[in-house]
Amino acid sequence: MTSLATSTSTAEVATAEAHGGHADLRLFGLATFLVADGMTFAGFFAAYLTFRAVNPLPAGSTYELELLLPSINTMLLLVSSYTFHRSGRNLLLGQMGPCRGWLLLTAALGAAFLGGQMVEYFSLPFGLTDNLFASTFYALTGFHGLHVTLGVICILLVWFQTRSGGRVTSAAPFGLEAAELYWHFVDGIWVVLYGILYLL
Amino acid sequence: MTVASPNDFQDSLQPQGWLRYFSFSLDHKVIGLQYLVTGFLFYFIGGAMAGVIRAELASPISDFVSRETYNEVLTLHGTVMIFLWIVPVVNGGFGNYLIPFYVGARDMAFPRLNAVAFWMIPPAGILLIGSYFITGSAQSGWTAYPPLSLTTPALGQVVWIVSVLLLGGSSIFGGINFIATVLKLRRPGLRLMQLPMYCWAMLGTSILVVLSTPVLAGTLLLLSFDIVAHTGFFNPALGGNVVVYQHLFWFYSHPAVYIMVLPAFGLVSEILPIHARKPLFGYTTMVYSIMAIVVLGLVVWAHHMFTSGTPPWMRLFFTIATSFIAVPTGIKFFNWLATLWGGKLALNSAMLFSCAFIVNFVFGGITGVALAQVPFDIHVHDTYFVVGHFHYIVYGGTVFVIFASIYHWYPKFTGRLLNEDLGRLHFLLTFVGFNLCFAPQHWLGLNGMPRRVAEYDPSFTTLNQISSVGALLMAISSLPFLYNVLVSAFRGQVAGDNPWNALTPEWLTSSPPPVENWIGEAPLVKHPYGYGVEEDTLSVEAATGRDLWSGAGRR
Repeated sequence: MTSLATSTSTAEVATAEAHGGHADLRLFGLATFLVADGMTFAGFFAAYLTFRAVNPLPAGSTYELELLLPSINTMLLLVSSYTFHRSGRNLLLGQMGPCRGWLLLTAALGAAFLGGQMVEYFSLPFGLTDNLFASTFYALTGFHGLHVTLGVICILLVWFQTRSGGRVTSAAPFGLEAAELYWHFVDGIWVVLYGILYLL
Repeated sequence: MTVASPNDFQDSLQPQGWLRYFSFSLDHKVIGLQYLVTGFLFYFIGGAMAGVIRAELASPISDFVSRETYNEVLTLHGTVMIFLWIVPVVNGGFGNYLIPFYVGARDMAFPRLNAVAFWMIPPAGILLIGSYFITGSAQSGWTAYPPLSLTTPALGQVVWIVSVLLLGGSSIFGGINFIATVLKLRRPGLRLMQLPMYCWAMLGTSILVVLSTPVLAGTLLLLSFDIVAHTGFFNPALGGNVVVYQHLFWFYSHPAVYIMVLPAFGLVSEILPIHARKPLFGYTTMVYSIMAIVVLGLVVWAHHMFTSGTPPWMRLFFTIATSFIAVPTGIKFFNWLATLWGGKLALNSAMLFSCAFIVNFVFGGITGVALAQVPFDIHVHDTYFVVGHFHYIVYGGTVFVIFASIYHWYPKFTGRLLNEDLGRLHFLLTFVGFNLCFAPQHWLGLNGMPRRVAEYDPSFTTLNQISSVGALLMAISSLPFLYNVLVSAFRGQVAGDNPWNALTPEWLTSSPPPVENWIGEAPLVKHPYGYGVEEDTLSVEAATGRDLWSGAGRR
């Protein structure tokens, strides 16, 4: 059965519909994209675990890694997820001052994580091409670090957009919400990565 | 109250008329046709490469092109046909054109992302094909297995990787868009189980795209490190593991077969009921079998790797999982046959191609189940049997459906019908040529002719020559087709808005449709396949609805 609208007045409805647009699906789209992005990591993780199970390392190499720095880094990221959450809460309540403050703190924590990662890279006894584990280590942490870098840039961008007169407001929170979703995703990936790369 | 003209909807900065097709247009119909036409350009390029391959194989010695060129051509043929022709056309082309109509929307969920996804394709294609002329292209086949891909010339391989990454990104963006559009952009009042089957096929396909394509992207990144930075992920000489590459590659590339063929299942499910004037048989089972194929399709990849030292438990698991796929696929076949059974068949070109699809795909499906059995697979692994099987799936299956869809939807795209006599000639040449080309390859493979090699045992000569004649027929078959689509756009018989008396929503507007699909509200089509059922006879007449929009909607 088909019902058809025939009256000319529906043309106005159509115009309104067309320009008013549909429900905002951008977060849904981003979430779908993050599923895809997560699958890239899943592929890397699967590769790493298989390498580890099947391919013996050359004599003298080891899977053991220094734990202190990465553990601090993990804490930094977990705290940054919380600070971002606080920022989002403040935005929805219209408290722009605290919102922007928490944002900056989140960006600072992200930057501190990247700094810690750099320190770790320079203190490691192996380079990119030394052995299979070294390559996989740098590929995994590097790919994740790329995500963190992008996240910090996004946070600073959102921070800029939350200035008075900016495009991110409590009535239009998409920019911040998107960055927050992405940031939580990147943190979640790190937790898995930390688990299988450092703890396992 | 005035009726808004379609042009009012459009951004005044966007080009109008034919220039739209060369612009960053956000209109899903323009983007759909951009995908289609671009895809066909690459089809003819890939076809020319197939021509080179078949010309080389017409004689047992390597005499037509050099061995390196042969490797380049077979690599490019596979890559172009999969990533630049079939995937973009059945997903991006028809998906973009039809899905917004089917869900009753005015455009896709993310029109700008949609345009970005399309415009990633031409640069990728130019890179890929340009590499042949500039640096020499990749030579390791479309699978790019290491260590072969590490030992063949590096530059061509890197260009190949960049190109495939671009195409993968395009595919993921498209997939996100389709998922959001089907799930979230449905017209109010339209339920999921009332959607035309192509929506379900695209939903399933897009889930596969989103879940599996990123794995390929990550894998190719690692492969590029191996080539550029001399890491050893997949290089046994450096302690790496080539089989991991195969696992990751096939985790994408087996679902890729369903990414290529599920949309074709959807399209053929739209075409058959209309030309048989019967409801689609077994709608619900069709939906569930699509979703079953999606789930199973993700867990069968290692059946491509039975000769890669896979342990027995893995062989057992993947053999059984693969055999299971025959069940939902079989359900779909019987549903199509039951749709045709007792129908009032109009044996036009669209229908001929659709029926041939069923025949070809059953054959390809049966050889597929055979290939899933380990003892048989080990015997024919990497032989022409696999080549024959694969082409029965993607050419006999998907490409036949693409042609059926062109004959079916061309009036929607242009407002004019394609010439039926030329269409039947095209069908006859394609069907005979296709079977002549690929059926003998099964025999060749069973008798041990390896794939991807320019030379072969002279005892295989006759069948290879028959195969090459079939390829020539296929090449000739594209001539009436090309003439038909080019000339009919200007001189074809005017189709009217709904030449097939169809009930699916894309026909319930003018042909070609106005910019935002409908002047007025989108129709609510709850029974897209209500043909020939008594209570729906009325709605067929209501649904033809030409008088409502045909005048105002035409551009």
